[in-house]
Amino acid sequence: MTTSTTSEPGAAGRPRADTAAVPAPTHLGGRIYWQGRDTWTVTKRNLRHFVRQPRLLVFSTIQPMMFVVLFSFVFGGIAQVALPEGVTYIDFLLPGLFVHSAAFRSTQTAVGLAEDLERGVVDRFRSLPMSRAAVLSGRTLADLVRSLAVVGLMIGVGYALGFRFTEGLLAAVGAVLVVSLFSFMMSWLFCTLALWVPGAEAAQTAGFVFIFPLVFGSSIFVPIETMPDWLALFAANSPLTHAADAARALSIGGEALRPVLLSVAWSVGVLAVIIPLAVRRYRRIV
Amino acid sequence: MSAVTVSQVRKRFGETEALAGVDLTVDEGEVVGLLGPNGAGKTTLVRVLATLLPPDAGQARIFGLNVVDDANAVRRSIGLTGQHAAVDELLTGRENLRMFGELFHLSGRRAGDRADELLDRFDLADAADRPARTYSGGMRRRLDLASSLLVRPRLLFLDEPTTGLDPRSRNAIWEVTRELVDDGTTLLLTTQYLEEADQLADRIAVIDHGDIIAEGTGDDLKDAIGGQVVDVVLLDPADRSRALEAVPAAEPLSDPRRFRVPVAEDSALGVLGTVADTLRRIGIEVHDLGLRRPTLDDVFLELTGDGPAGGAASDGQGGADTSSTTAGDGQGGAHASSTTAGDGQGGADGSNSTDDGAPSADAAEAGGSARGDDDDDQEAVA
Repeated sequence: MTTSTTSEPGAAGRPRADTAAVPAPTHLGGRIYWQGRDTWTVTKRNLRHFVRQPRLLVFSTIQPMMFVVLFSFVFGGIAQVALPEGVTYIDFLLPGLFVHSAAFRSTQTAVGLAEDLERGVVDRFRSLPMSRAAVLSGRTLADLVRSLAVVGLMIGVGYALGFRFTEGLLAAVGAVLVVSLFSFMMSWLFCTLALWVPGAEAAQTAGFVFIFPLVFGSSIFVPIETMPDWLALFAANSPLTHAADAARALSIGGEALRPVLLSVAWSVGVLAVIIPLAVRRYRRIV
Repeated sequence: MSAVTVSQVRKRFGETEALAGVDLTVDEGEVVGLLGPNGAGKTTLVRVLATLLPPDAGQARIFGLNVVDDANAVRRSIGLTGQHAAVDELLTGRENLRMFGELFHLSGRRAGDRADELLDRFDLADAADRPARTYSGGMRRRLDLASSLLVRPRLLFLDEPTTGLDPRSRNAIWEVTRELVDDGTTLLLTTQYLEEADQLADRIAVIDHGDIIAEGTGDDLKDAIGGQVVDVVLLDPADRSRALEAVPAAEPLSDPRRFRVPVAEDSALGVLGTVADTLRRIGIEVHDLGLRRPTLDDVFLELTGDGPAGGAASDGQGGADTSSTTAGDGQGGAHASSTTAGDGQGGADGSNSTDDGAPSADAAEAGGSARGDDDDDQEAVA
């Protein structure tokens, strides 16, 4: 039944110079360059997504600003009791809220990636000669840019409520950097989670289950000395406490070196483990 | 060098064997149509070849490069357009093309220029700055195809490129496809529409249950199941057993009113006359009697024992108007040789000139019987 015919090969093999494929980079520098450019291309795409989804835009900008206002007024009165002399609650709270919003925002990274994986466009990404890791790095980098913008907004609202950086510009920049690194680490963590838990909804739910106890069991809202012993022990060793303490010390003074070192060590350590893990997983599942 | 070499490729999803040891070769510059019903394994094969899915066993090479080991090199020479348009919904048409251009590692400026060229060529310039989610199905598919062409691929996979499109969009896709082929692009096209395979492909591979069950040009395939036949549809199915006895070499078909008689190329009129004379002599009336070549639908039925979706889809239009001359249009040359046997036809059926609806009739034959119902209606009217 099988009848094979050899057909005329057409006018094959005349790729036009202007539309021919770009040759593959052969040296390491070239590969790193393209890795970076692919990441930037995907980052631009994700940032466009962000501003074109009004629901997401509102949720992730209004909500943190609202929390600054709500938490400072609602808890300000009772929290004041536990704070050292001369420290107002908004001063204490705002650096903590940077960490709070970074932690919750990271669930959006998981949702965004999970949605991408369900979309056909990832198939096209995969059929292109681009860096595969760029889908992940472009996602987390876009979320980092977003994180910086949100921190800026929160600082603006904080200033309106009486918050002031007291340690100088350099320390203030340092506070934002520590928080951004933490935020970047959380994004990668949730990226990785999204690669194991299929579906956007599931990624979000799984995220909240982890995030709530971590956020409240930390020094974000209140000094941990006010907590029962077992919780204080948990909170004292939480990376969220380190990040909040570091940001706080760099913003309004206090012992900065230890929490900054701890926080940076946590972030870098976790990133060093999960980035390769996530990239490998991504290559395997998609 | 072959553009595609597939040897004994297998892929299993749980209990389902999607590819059961496929062998296929596509030469450079060739257009091969992979024809099969839904679930035959077409898309799985394309995904394996496009480096999206590693095979469980066997080997697939694109221009000599292994799709698993040299995936990145393979990706430099292929383009893929799937049945589900893989474009970014939230980006505009222009942003989509620029992004894919940059990811093909064109310079930013070059990517922008190519995007503009492609938007013009695919008639999307007016919608270039609208988000793709506002596009119609046809526009989306054109954008998807354009996205595969930022860098001219040596080999392009088109996975059911026109499924679900209106005729105008379909023709637009076909036109661009032909231009690409003229420019030397090798094309592997999957389709469940026989017409599409016949129109575009130099060679057709029929795939069913994960295996290539036949391969050749459209004509090869038609010849493979025999040449011309005299196709007879009786007025009353009860007469068929008598007719089969009386007419030499008659073969029953699954429709209880139908049978066919194979003819050699040089004796067509003789056999047609004999059949008509014999039936008239023993007093059997026919609903339809004609000479025709097997169509690709016949091939398909013969090979898979099942009606292809394309045939079934054309049923609605083709089946109803057996007497019209338009039914044959879509199916191209398949009916060119159909002739009418005026002989022996009763007055009531005079208007049913010939079996124009042949492909649909065959689909009905397997699947049960849109055509039969239509005919009954028509008789009632007549």
